[in-house]
Amino acid sequence: MSKYETVIGLEVHVELATESKIFCSCSAKFGAEQNDHVCPACCGMPGMLPVTNKRVVDLGVTAGLMLNCDINRVTTFDKKSYYYPDLPCSYQTTQWFAPVCVNGTVTIETSKGKKDIRIKQIHMEEDAGKLVHDDWTDTSLVDFNRTSVPLIEIVSQPDLSSAEEVVAYLERLRSLLRFAKVSDCRMEQGSMRCDVNLSVRPEGSDILGVRTEMKNMNSLSAIERAIEYETARHIDAIERGTEVLVQETRRWDDIKGKSYAMRNKETAGDYRYFPDPNVMPIVIDDEWFAKITSTIPDLPEVKKQKYIENLGLSEYDADQLVQSRAFCDCFEAAYAECGMAKDVANWVISDCANMLNKKQMTADMLTIDGKALGQLIKLVADGKVSRANAKKILAVMFNENIDPAAYAEANGLIVSNDTGKIKDVIRGVLDADPKSVADYKNGKEKALMALFGKCMRELKGNCDPQLLRSYLLEMINQ
Amino acid sequence: MRLYVNESSKADGKRVVLDDMLLTTDLPTTAGSKMLENYVSLFEADIISKLRNAGYSVCGKANIGEFAIDLLGETSWFGACVREDGTLTNASAEILADDSIDAVICLDVNGAPRRAAALANRVFIKPTYGTVSRYGTIPVACSGETVSVMAASTAKCREALSAIVGHDDKDGTSLSEAQCALLKSDAERKAVKKVALASSLTASADEETKAKINAFRASLEAQGITVTEIDDQLLGAANTAWNVLMAAELCNNVSRYEGVKFGYRSPNYTNIDELYTNSRTEAFGDLLKTTILFGSDVLSTDNYMKMYDKGLRVRRVISEAFAGIFKEYDAVLMPACSKCSYSEADVKANKYIAYEENVYTAPASITGLPAVVVGGVQLVGAPFSDNSLLDAAEIYEKEHK
Repeated sequence: MSKYETVIGLEVHVELATESKIFCSCSAKFGAEQNDHVCPACCGMPGMLPVTNKRVVDLGVTAGLMLNCDINRVTTFDKKSYYYPDLPCSYQTTQWFAPVCVNGTVTIETSKGKKDIRIKQIHMEEDAGKLVHDDWTDTSLVDFNRTSVPLIEIVSQPDLSSAEEVVAYLERLRSLLRFAKVSDCRMEQGSMRCDVNLSVRPEGSDILGVRTEMKNMNSLSAIERAIEYETARHIDAIERGTEVLVQETRRWDDIKGKSYAMRNKETAGDYRYFPDPNVMPIVIDDEWFAKITSTIPDLPEVKKQKYIENLGLSEYDADQLVQSRAFCDCFEAAYAECGMAKDVANWVISDCANMLNKKQMTADMLTIDGKALGQLIKLVADGKVSRANAKKILAVMFNENIDPAAYAEANGLIVSNDTGKIKDVIRGVLDADPKSVADYKNGKEKALMALFGKCMRELKGNCDPQLLRSYLLEMINQ
Repeated sequence: MRLYVNESSKADGKRVVLDDMLLTTDLPTTAGSKMLENYVSLFEADIISKLRNAGYSVCGKANIGEFAIDLLGETSWFGACVREDGTLTNASAEILADDSIDAVICLDVNGAPRRAAALANRVFIKPTYGTVSRYGTIPVACSGETVSVMAASTAKCREALSAIVGHDDKDGTSLSEAQCALLKSDAERKAVKKVALASSLTASADEETKAKINAFRASLEAQGITVTEIDDQLLGAANTAWNVLMAAELCNNVSRYEGVKFGYRSPNYTNIDELYTNSRTEAFGDLLKTTILFGSDVLSTDNYMKMYDKGLRVRRVISEAFAGIFKEYDAVLMPACSKCSYSEADVKANKYIAYEENVYTAPASITGLPAVVVGGVQLVGAPFSDNSLLDAAEIYEKEHK
């Protein structure tokens, strides 16, 4: 095996996180009822005309900047012709002659160290619809919801050489694109899909072997298995002549763990690209470009370094935060409000993360208002709200936008250090539970904790615990 | 000849007919093809609401040749428009014999309505590309086709044009409201003083057509407008380039009619490939099929640079040639077609007659320049000179009432 090397190039399709489709105003959201998000334009009726969604260009350029690409400031759309029932016009509007981004790099890290993967280009295009096959009635139905949902296709150079590298590359892409809010990159929902081009050659050779392509792979584990299977199949063919390799498109059957040649007809063909006369060239002028550039976040590792060096966070805390752009945004806004980096980091990576876990939400789904979180943390630091009550307020903040101070005030969650009131409560608790008082006096420390808890409950948590403890000790020992 | 009539249209007030490339929701839109027989659109052309706002009612649809690419409309699935003497005419031009019809709105794809207007002595304007929305028109050759007006007089032509001109957000190629307004105001309306006569195009027409050119020339000269013969060799190259671009865009635009989503579906199929092939084979006519094959070929990987890309380059050369002419002249005078009548026999004898006759219509189609037909001849002007061209047409019209 070791005398061969595998050469892999990837074409990764990523659905862009826009509200509407690329050439019409239909919703681009995933998960609607079949054919709910359609209009005459996206189902290809004659007479409709495409009007480009500028947000698609914003996100296309953003992706390019995240992947160190050169941006084509004049970019055009072209038509690609082929017949398939999920393609309403029998052509797809894509970019062939002047894609929006070219010549990028993505740095990956594997067990063998760091490696730069070159990006050939990123182009914008529309997605096709989805065929739903009904084996029972032997019919196929078309769902046009996905038709014209905006995509970018990220085409790498054939710089990858193992399944491990491919997985590292895809994970890095996903992290960067999520960080820049270009896409949610969910392979299981099809918002990130991958075509794998693979060939095998003797190690050290600079002649590429016969290339096969596996289309629409949508899980990392399937991609890993498919690459291992294809590599072995190619080597077998070369070494033992088990079959003659031909350049073709293959389908990966993840259940059977095998790839199959697709019907030749589906793979051959001339796409007859030409410029779409209905879509005017898009000119990204300096003003527009500057606007996009201003939204580009630091890379996760740069942010991490800043958190450690400038804000004094621990490596662990900083690492947890940069796992999600939503975490970073929330952290930064809260820090700007209260100036307590370490406290804010704790709230975000433990309290917020726990709450997301309970709701079975991912880190990217954190929508809590960072500024309000900062205010809440300040209330705790100032001793105005107890930490326990602050957690209750945080739970409310998950569901609605509230002003933490006003909410605490309105719901009786403000700490009261009114000595008279506290002592009254303690007196009441001690009088009502002489057994615990006696237990404590007989040396049972636990009894004191039970009394403390009762007092705190009576006070609805609105008391400085240190203060309560000292009064309680004072009164019980009297 | 087939005409859909909208019974509910007002008898009084201004009335228009649309040719069958413009989508309507209350009447079928067929593009003259069996493929779209009885096809009713879910949405209507943008210009229809603009017409209504200007007080017009749409009273019917006029038959056209299949996807509007033929000579005069003779390839319609619903039959050609033929006079008793065997000469061909065109539904839009014939409808205007009824003087209760103020105008016919046509999609000028490949010159058919422009030629028809010249033969039937109607007034016609193909306005500057981008000033009238193409939203809701059956797409064929999007880079050049233009919603146009045919009428019995210059005044009626101008009135209907000003009703439909205007920006439309739904059409990405639609010009800005400020640019469209140039056609409604007098800002770009300069008296035509110097006219260039396209000498070789004129020389290639028959004697009767030359006589029309001369009559028009005489009218202008009588008003002190100079008419000068110019070398128009470059304009002659527009035709081949336009046929390449038009066929390529057509091939792509009609690929959506494959029997799956709408339009005709053949009953004869056992798999998806047969469904595609048989639906198209049975529903498309000969000229359309030929054009599809040609268009498919010019876009193939082998031919793209040699044919399509070259076509785009020639388009630029022609535009520059016109720009050069308009530095000195206000308009170019040329025939709209080579003869003054065509018979069914002419069309049968020469399958490619429309491609050949495009030599007169292609210069304005490929460049998107405004073109006016009056007195059987054609005047092509600079962008936004539409009203100036109609003014020149009016000079001829007044003299030949």
